[in-house]
Amino acid sequence: MKKAIALILALVMCFALAACGSQNKTNDSSMKVGFIFLHDENSTYDLNFINAAKAACEELGVEYVLRTNIPEGQECYNAAAELVDDGCTVIFADSFGHEDYMIQAAKEFPDVQFCHATGTKAHTEKLANYHNAFASIYEGRYLAGIAAGMKLNEMIAAGQFTADEAKMGYVGAFTYAEVISGYTSFFLGARSVCPTVTMEVTFTGSWYDETAEKEGATKLIQNGCKLISQHADSMGAPTACETAGIPNVSYNGSTQKACPNTFIVSSRIDWTPYFKFAIQAAQKGEEIPYDWTGTLATGSVVLTDVNETAAAAGTVEALAAARTALEAGTLHVFDINTYTVGGDVQNSYLADIDTDPAYTPDTEVIADGYFHESEFRSAPAFDVQIDGINLLDTAF
Amino acid sequence: MNNHNGPLFHISKRKNLLWYQAWAIRGAAILLALIVCAAVTTLLTGENPLSVYATIFRGAFGTTRKVWILLQNMSILLCISLAVTPAFRMRFWNIGAEGQVLVGSLATAACMICLGDKLPNWALILTMIACSILAGAIWGLIPAFFKAKWNTNETLFTLMMNYVATQLVAYFVIIWEVPKGAGKIGIINQNSMAGWLPQIGGQKYLLNVLVVAVVTVLVYIYLNYTKHGYEISVVGESERTARYVGIKVGRVILRTMALSGALCGLAGLLLVGGTDHTVTTTIAGGRGFTAVMVSWLAKFDPLVMIFTTFLLVFLDRGAGEISTVFGFNQSFADILTGIILFFIIGSEFFIRYKLSFRKKANKEE
Repeated sequence: MKKAIALILALVMCFALAACGSQNKTNDSSMKVGFIFLHDENSTYDLNFINAAKAACEELGVEYVLRTNIPEGQECYNAAAELVDDGCTVIFADSFGHEDYMIQAAKEFPDVQFCHATGTKAHTEKLANYHNAFASIYEGRYLAGIAAGMKLNEMIAAGQFTADEAKMGYVGAFTYAEVISGYTSFFLGARSVCPTVTMEVTFTGSWYDETAEKEGATKLIQNGCKLISQHADSMGAPTACETAGIPNVSYNGSTQKACPNTFIVSSRIDWTPYFKFAIQAAQKGEEIPYDWTGTLATGSVVLTDVNETAAAAGTVEALAAARTALEAGTLHVFDINTYTVGGDVQNSYLADIDTDPAYTPDTEVIADGYFHESEFRSAPAFDVQIDGINLLDTAF
Repeated sequence: MNNHNGPLFHISKRKNLLWYQAWAIRGAAILLALIVCAAVTTLLTGENPLSVYATIFRGAFGTTRKVWILLQNMSILLCISLAVTPAFRMRFWNIGAEGQVLVGSLATAACMICLGDKLPNWALILTMIACSILAGAIWGLIPAFFKAKWNTNETLFTLMMNYVATQLVAYFVIIWEVPKGAGKIGIINQNSMAGWLPQIGGQKYLLNVLVVAVVTVLVYIYLNYTKHGYEISVVGESERTARYVGIKVGRVILRTMALSGALCGLAGLLLVGGTDHTVTTTIAGGRGFTAVMVSWLAKFDPLVMIFTTFLLVFLDRGAGEISTVFGFNQSFADILTGIILFFIIGSEFFIRYKLSFRKKANKEE
């Protein structure tokens, strides 16, 4: 009998606890924001988004729901629709492949704002409630490239290899404009301080494939690359560098913990300013633009702290100087006088800004002596193969 | 003295249990599973297990939309499970459903992309149906042909065909990718909706559910009440007996695998034409393998499979919900699912066998 009473008491307690629930509630209950992530915090890319989502919502005091591990298919539409049912009035998605499903949801729920990071279609779809956002991360990559170039200079000065042997390696995901823009700006940053540098790029055909990224980095190191950077979302390349003792310039966030001896610096997009901007606009009923491009000035493009163990002396000061020049507009990353294509200066280029299955070039992007990246749409459009960069494989 | 050296317990086969006894064992297994899950939940996370269970339930049934998503996920998984079942009854271990679904999906997408603006919609959809089913059937026939002709190992062969299918899809994704270099196709014909299977009564997923319901009944009849179904069972029991009674074993293998593949192709059609409207290398999402478990758990009975499918999809949907509400990693949900499946599969052992413990020696004194 005693046992039965104890059991009943325990059950009652359980139900009482259950009633407490555990939603991410904060003070402003009038607003609920939903987030859709491709993976969970194990991916550096998604972790960067998750941290920004929490920071923005907690700062603004709005309720939020995080949906992780949502594939780039009908599941994304389902997740968006469920978030609407749940009372969310602004919904963000973080992965490129989510775009079409977000558009599908946006058409069905006109009263809810749908914001998609990295997408390209908002300015052609012209839906009042569907928006793209990105950041001028090429400027961050350029700065990270300067840190890389200075490291190469230091190694050359130390006699580890000659100036002609200064070759960097880059592990990319796909031969997509975002990746091309990223590695080209990184390369131009490095070459601005180390004029003899060349670069080899390999592609993995996946945004997240730890094995392939590790193998890619190892292959580049065996090819004689003295420094590695990457645009892919796992720890594959950084850990390969740490094992081989090769300096690494990272992306999406610091990898210093796992790679204390080789991590130099990392550029990343801080999504907090955009999340705050969009949520506040929705709160006030103001329009969110089709395309929103974060910059160094908005605090969207950021660099992690420089790892003094691995970086060359004076890196911090050089980065600060270049940053000032970029913000002042006196320095442009894609200045046509700093690169050539097939030996020629590029005076004109039609980019494929309006996405279509035939990849029709539609917009002149070179004016005033530089390539206007992320101006005609927020997502990068620089997909030019410049001299000095050698693509090892272009299957993807 | 007499029993001291005997084993602590021994295992013996049970005589057939009455149906309610079997279900009592299963019920006890589920109850035990829930208790173990509760203990694990409290120990690892400090959360209240009952609210975790309530959340699982809400994840599956919380809103009308969630019920529809549950039904849609069930219909695709059930379709693939039905597809592998005829082969399994024949003791042909087809673990190539994943690949067969992929080629069905690829064929559907190919029709939508290449013929989307060239054919009227009804003709396009008919072409999609024909192509997807044919593609799946061919993908099933290839290993069956080698098995029938040279007695190759079908498990390895069908498994390898999965990787070939994945690479084939990866190849075409790069041909059709939008925008250039992006590595994804995106929704096909998003504005014209050419080749999208029609919605019934404004419900996105109703068509899929109905199609699979009909297929379930047809497969049940086919397996239990037709000559073909009987031949499959005989070949499964003993190939030699089958040969002795004049069944052409090779032909049965080919025919059954073509059917298996065709049903997988149909699942691909429903996925691409009915819901996702795109094709990716991961569109089958491992369901080709989950289907093996569904089919086994149901002992290859199409009607029981409805329940086993429900169980797996229910757990999956619930798992997604707990990772959202409690902010757990997906892995935690997988742990719970693992525990529950372990007990359910384990209970089948106790239905077939019984444990007899050594009687205490001092009892006789």
